[in-house]
Amino acid sequence: MITGLRRVMKAGFVGFWRNAYVSLASIFVLMVALFVIGATMFLNQLLTVSLDALQSKVDINVYFVPNAPDEEIERIRDAVASLPDVLFVEYTTREEALQQYRERRQGDEISLQALEELDENPLGGNLSIQAKETSQYENIARFLDEQRAAAEPQTPVIDVINYDQNRDSIDTLTGVINATEKASFTVMAILLIAAVLITFNTIRLAIYTSREEIAIMRLVGASNMFIRGPFMLQGIMYGFIAGLLALLAFYPLLIWLGPRTELFFELNLLTYYVQNFGSIFGILVGIGITLGLVSSTLAVARYLRT
Amino acid sequence: MIYFDNVSKLYPDGRAAALQEVTFQVAPKEFVSIVGHSGAGKTTLLKMIIAEDKPSVGQVFYESLDIHRIPRGKLPSFRRKIGTVFQDFKLLPHKTAFENVAFAMEANGRTDEEIAENVPQALSLVDLDDKAWNFPHELSGGEKQRVAIARAIVNQPDIIIADEPTGNLDPIATYEVVQILRKINDLGTTVIMTTHNKGVIDEIERRVITMDDGRIVRDDATGKYVL
Repeated sequence: MITGLRRVMKAGFVGFWRNAYVSLASIFVLMVALFVIGATMFLNQLLTVSLDALQSKVDINVYFVPNAPDEEIERIRDAVASLPDVLFVEYTTREEALQQYRERRQGDEISLQALEELDENPLGGNLSIQAKETSQYENIARFLDEQRAAAEPQTPVIDVINYDQNRDSIDTLTGVINATEKASFTVMAILLIAAVLITFNTIRLAIYTSREEIAIMRLVGASNMFIRGPFMLQGIMYGFIAGLLALLAFYPLLIWLGPRTELFFELNLLTYYVQNFGSIFGILVGIGITLGLVSSTLAVARYLRT
Repeated sequence: MIYFDNVSKLYPDGRAAALQEVTFQVAPKEFVSIVGHSGAGKTTLLKMIIAEDKPSVGQVFYESLDIHRIPRGKLPSFRRKIGTVFQDFKLLPHKTAFENVAFAMEANGRTDEEIAENVPQALSLVDLDDKAWNFPHELSGGEKQRVAIARAIVNQPDIIIADEPTGNLDPIATYEVVQILRKINDLGTTVIMTTHNKGVIDEIERRVITMDDGRIVRDDATGKYVL
């Protein structure tokens, strides 16, 4: 058993070297396929990060009237926070709002002087609400409208809800995000299928050149596993080397591309690559090995049937 | 040890038959030559012995074993009992002469020690000690065929099947190959060989089966080539 395994390993390595040209061609094609897969992964990451960044800039603000009672504000804040669609709620008190106003108008003497003229703080507290998905803002806005409507007309609590002002941009953004996700998913699926088919065909051709050898091995009385083993090992080697080469090819590309993606998408791909090297290595090499192994096993099986 | 019982091979369209009602047996240690025109059914006959082809009617036995009832998983171990030699040599192109012979032993699960001992012996029997590390494309036709013979005998099979072993060889190489096959036969291995070559038959002076149109038309104990 161990002798058999050792012989299969040796035959696999020797076959790999002696068929160097065929091996090289297979590795190259597999590398291109893995590069495409890796590139779609990076692209997907860029899209996810930039969409997340865009989404986090969207929020709904609720401005309370300056004399709104604290318990009412707290009640609304807690009610909003308990909605399933809400990611988080940030409460800014009247005093903090004033502080922020002052900081923003630093150097604007007229505004600051105008503020000094007033006896009391003219600003109300406000809630900044972020939803998990942009499509959920409408529900949150409706909930807030109900809250406003429920209050006594003489003593309103909520002054302004700014959803209506942001509505168009939020709707557009939701549409863009959905369309982008659909499109990128379709493109990735097509690229992945193409990569798998091309790899499978290349390895099938590589083994097609060995069909005579397989027939001879059968005549000499070699068992199917003894014939298949070296080809399976070669498939694994193709995948492993191709995965390493694809990883290697990304490095200089990302050194060049990284700073540019940082400017545009707020994500430096080089940093992402370095920080997640372990999982990217695992995915690319893993896919390579799986593709190589499955392709070669299927391709040899054709010549072992009779 | 090989027994054909009323074997016919028909093609699906029913037009032609490769073999018709063939019955004969081969005793241990015999040297049997099968002669006949192209298409007479010689190669089909040999393929049935190694279970490469199936009879439409009849049975082929190896000792008491019905060859075509061997389960697929057991075929490799059955084929190891039979050494095969072909007109086109069928060597593995990416393996040296030594590795080609050793491959048959590796497939058979022999130990490294046995391989290290038996492969040089087999190569020396076919007089190729000095070409052990050459690849097939570096060898002449006769040398390739001798490597193939070394591979066929290295597992000490009970029987050697040779399909036109001299078909691609010049007269000198033909003579050498026939001498080697006779030597193997003298050492106790059964040999079944097909050939076109009149000189080869006349020189061997052993049993000759003559086939024509899928039938056995002559079976002479110490035959001459008659067609």
